[in-house]
Parts: sequence; C-alpha cells; structure tokens
Amino acid sequence: MPPVLDDVHPPCPPPPDPPPVPPSRSGALPALRPAVGLYAAVGRGSFRRYATYRAATWSGALTNSVFGFFIAYTYRALWEVRPHLGGYDLSSALTYVWLGQAMLMPVAAMGGGIQDDLEARISNGDIAVDLYRPVDQQAWWLAADLGRAGYHLLSRGVLPLLVGGLFFRLRMPAGGLAEAALTWCGFLVSVLLAVTVSFSLRYMTSLTGFWLLDARGVRQVALVLGMFFSGFLLPLTLFPSTLGQISEHLPWAGMVQIPEDVFLQRRTGAALLTGLGLQLGWAALLLGAGRLVQRAAAAKVVVQGG
Amino acid sequence: MAETTDAPSVLPARLGALPSIWAALRAYLLVAGMWLRASLAYRTSFWLTMVGNGVTSALDFAVIAIMFLHTRALGGWTLPQVAFLYGTAGMTLGLADLAVGSLDQLGQRVRDGSVDTVLIRPAAALAQLCADRFALRRLGRVLQSALVLLWSVSRLHLDWTPGRVLVTLLLLVCGSVIFGSVFVAGGAFQFFAADAAEVQNSVTYGGSAMLQYPPTIYARELVRGVVYGVPLAFVNWLPAMYVLGLPDRLGLPGWFRFASPIAALLCATAAGLAWRAALRSYRSTGS
Repeated sequence: MPPVLDDVHPPCPPPPDPPPVPPSRSGALPALRPAVGLYAAVGRGSFRRYATYRAATWSGALTNSVFGFFIAYTYRALWEVRPHLGGYDLSSALTYVWLGQAMLMPVAAMGGGIQDDLEARISNGDIAVDLYRPVDQQAWWLAADLGRAGYHLLSRGVLPLLVGGLFFRLRMPAGGLAEAALTWCGFLVSVLLAVTVSFSLRYMTSLTGFWLLDARGVRQVALVLGMFFSGFLLPLTLFPSTLGQISEHLPWAGMVQIPEDVFLQRRTGAALLTGLGLQLGWAALLLGAGRLVQRAAAAKVVVQGG
Repeated sequence: MAETTDAPSVLPARLGALPSIWAALRAYLLVAGMWLRASLAYRTSFWLTMVGNGVTSALDFAVIAIMFLHTRALGGWTLPQVAFLYGTAGMTLGLADLAVGSLDQLGQRVRDGSVDTVLIRPAAALAQLCADRFALRRLGRVLQSALVLLWSVSRLHLDWTPGRVLVTLLLLVCGSVIFGSVFVAGGAFQFFAADAAEVQNSVTYGGSAMLQYPPTIYARELVRGVVYGVPLAFVNWLPAMYVLGLPDRLGLPGWFRFASPIAALLCATAAGLAWRAALRSYRSTGS
C-alpha cells in the first residue's frame, strides 16, 4: 500500500549532476567561522541544484499526492471500523498519512538523497579526490543533504499537504497562538533531527560500498528497515505490542513517527522533550559511528595512479 | 529459373513481420543476458537485493496483516480475499516490471544523450531499452506475491471450476500486459519530459498499491477513473469479483469481468502507438 518501490531508485528523482561545488577555500587549518561558511555554501548549492529540476519536482509532488490518496482511503476504511485506533482519531490518522507523504522525500525515509552521488563517487573512484580535500567528508555530505532536504520540504513537503488538506479534513496544530507556534517550532526541529538521523544511517549504508563495491544490496536492506520501523507505513502504536514498544525506541522512529506525533500534539511538554532527546541521542551516536566507519573506509582506499 | 531469381525479393516481404519480432526478442535476450552477468559479478549484493526486493514488497502485506489484527473485514472483504487482490496485483506488476520495467530509467538516457547509441544499433530500440539494466532481482516481488496468492487460494475454499481457473490464468497474463503497456507508454512520455519519470510511478507502483485493496473502499470517481481511464480495474478487481464470486457494488456491466483480454489488447495497442510517435519525434540532445 505505500510507495514501496521495487528498486531503490524509483521515487528519488536522481539529478544527474556530479556532486556539489568544488571545495577548499584556503588554508589547511580553516578556522571555525570560515568552516561554517563553507558548509553553509555547500548546503545552499545543494538546495539550488535540486531546485533546478522543476519537472522532477512537480512530477514527484504529484506522485506523493497520488499515493497519499490511496493510503488515505485504506486508512479511512480501517478507522471507520475502528475509530480511535492506536490513539488516533480519523482526522489525525488522515493527517498522519498526508504528513508522512510530505516528509517522505525531505527525510529520505526510503533512502536516496546524497546516497546516489556518494555511491557513484565510491564506485568510480572519484572519492579518492574528495578525501584529499581539506574538508570533513561527513560534514560536507551532511550539509549537502540538509540543503536537499530543505528544498524538498518546501516543494514536495508543502504540495502534498495542500492537496490532502483540500480533499480531506486534516488536523492542524490547535490551541492558542502560543501553543500552535510552539508545536510548529517543535515540529520543524524534529524534522531537522529526523533528516540528521536518516542521513547518518544512509551515510554508513553508502560507505559499505568501500568493502562490497556495490552498496545496492545493503541499501535495499536499509530501505526495508527504514520503511517498516519509521512508522511511515503504519503508526508504530498499531504494531503488535512488544514489537511496537521496541520500535518506538529505535533510531528509525525518529525519522517519521516522532515528528508526526509532535505535529499531531500527541507529544507535548515532557513527552516532546523526550522525543526530541531520543532523536538527538540517536543522531549523535550514529554520526559518531559514521566517523569510525569513515576512518576505516579511508584507510582502505588504494589510489591507482595513471 | 525465373522462380529462383524471384525468391529473394518475395521472401522478406512475406515473412517481414515475423523475423523482426524474432530479431527483437533475440536482441532483448542478448542485452538482458549481459546485464544479468554483470549483476552476478557482485554476488553478495545480488542476493541481498533479490531477497530485499521480496521483503520490501512483503512490507505491503505486513501492513495489510497488521490492519486485519484490528478488524475482520476491510470494505466488506476478508483477509484471504484481500490477499488474492494483493497477490495478483503484485505478480502482474512484478512480471511487467521484470520484463520492461527498465523503461522507467529512459529519461536519464534521453538527458545524457545515450539513447542515440541505442538508436543507431541495428536492433529494435524498444527491445534494447526494455532489456537495459535488466534486473533479475525483481523476481523477488513476483515470488513473494505468488506465495501470498497461494496462501490466499488455500484459505478461500473456492470451488475451482474450469471457468475460475481460466479467468485466474487470464488475469495474470492480461494484468501483466496492462502494466507492461503502462511502462511502455510511460517510457514514451519520457521522450518528451525527460525528468518527469516519477509521473509514471504513480500509475505503475501507485496503481498496484491501489489494486491491493478492495474497490469498495475508494471514492466512486477514483474507481471510474481506473475502469474507463487507465483501465487498471481490469488487472484484478473485475476478474477477481468473478473468481471470488462477489457481487458487484460498482454497478458496472457484468461482462466487464471477462473483458480483461480486450482491455489488455487496447492498452498494448495504445502504448505501441505512443511509443512510435515518441520515437519519431525524438531529437537528440546532441551531447
């Protein structure tokens, strides 16, 4: 029922260009401020690059909307039989569907984003050039992915949500002005963390290409785990009890389920903070693990001159 | 004597169509075989993708199963009945995807100009492009869907009359042809809109996702769209009503349940015409 797509590629419009801009501002020991400027520039470049492919954006938003319709109908059929299933009323459940479609591309829950570029550079050897650059690889790719996510949030995030709002009664953050504003802020922070968690997992997945030469298999496995445990297919509260409780604490929950619950105001006050804390914790842990993998991978590179 | 001189000029005209189909098939098999060998070069990855492919499509069924943990019927259909829809939708899409699914990467080739290389080769362009990056791993979805279909059949307790067996077999063939036609039409579309490849996903993968659930849960307009617009309802909804012996709550003509072959023929013809038109209007990017 969800856009489970057979190969890893269908849903991600693969902008064909080789990765971002050439780097290297100047000195070997960049101070902190120029470094931040550099990564901001990488992010902006990535944003603009994705913004170039307008037809891809429109057709992608259309696809997300079409899937939104199909899934929304199945949810409606279920929630009409079982109102308040899993703690969501019908309107919340429908919002869950459309918000899920809106977050699918920004969060890259099905993989993609920087993965296409990174894997291409690993398999054709260009990665050796990247390793020479006086930048931090992980930070570089994270900046590029955040730029991409920003663009996708504004285009393929907003459009399906508008379509969904037009045809279904969705639940927007309620309460007073302050409460709604707080919910929106919490949601945006949560999405930012969701992208970071997703990035850290995808980055490590792609780095397996250093050993396997072809990361597609691992990527497919990562896709399965991400789709199922993120709560993208169904809210995790609908899972059989033990499985549901475990999966709510796994990193993937931070990719879809937590931002959704923040938006639907099921996480407020302390629960909001623990949700964000869980995302932050996993992000830090996985980014750290990614650095170790990156170091091991870099040690493996053999440059064949010529 | 006169006959022998005539022969060479008559022969190609008479057998013209047939050898070209064989030649296209041969080209398809050669290109597909090449990609198969290439993908087997990375064996770990090949098996992981093959299994992963089946598991990914099994996730859809996991969702259905979880839904049925909370309810006994969805849109008035039971779990084995929905599983029949799921299995047939997955198998037909999977078979079409295996055979011609590579066409959804055509936009990429149009953009980078490598379609030109295909066109100058002395073999049918459609055959070459369908076999391009042939991926046997897509068999994962077909096998997984077949398992669910078998499970569903074992649970349905149907009286398997020859009519039901025939309609089920026809369903699998015609459904694959309908999905295959959508892939070809989508490929033709990418000649005009090279980076809008995703539009076709909403019909192929999206369509299959829709066909996994009973038509009764969807809005009437949507159902009408997949009967008279892109005739996906003929893939499995309509024949399934006959096989499962369910009443038609959609108010469609009764013979529509047996009309899948006609729908498949119409789809294939339309897709073929679209493909020819697209190929004729193609202009290289020049790169």
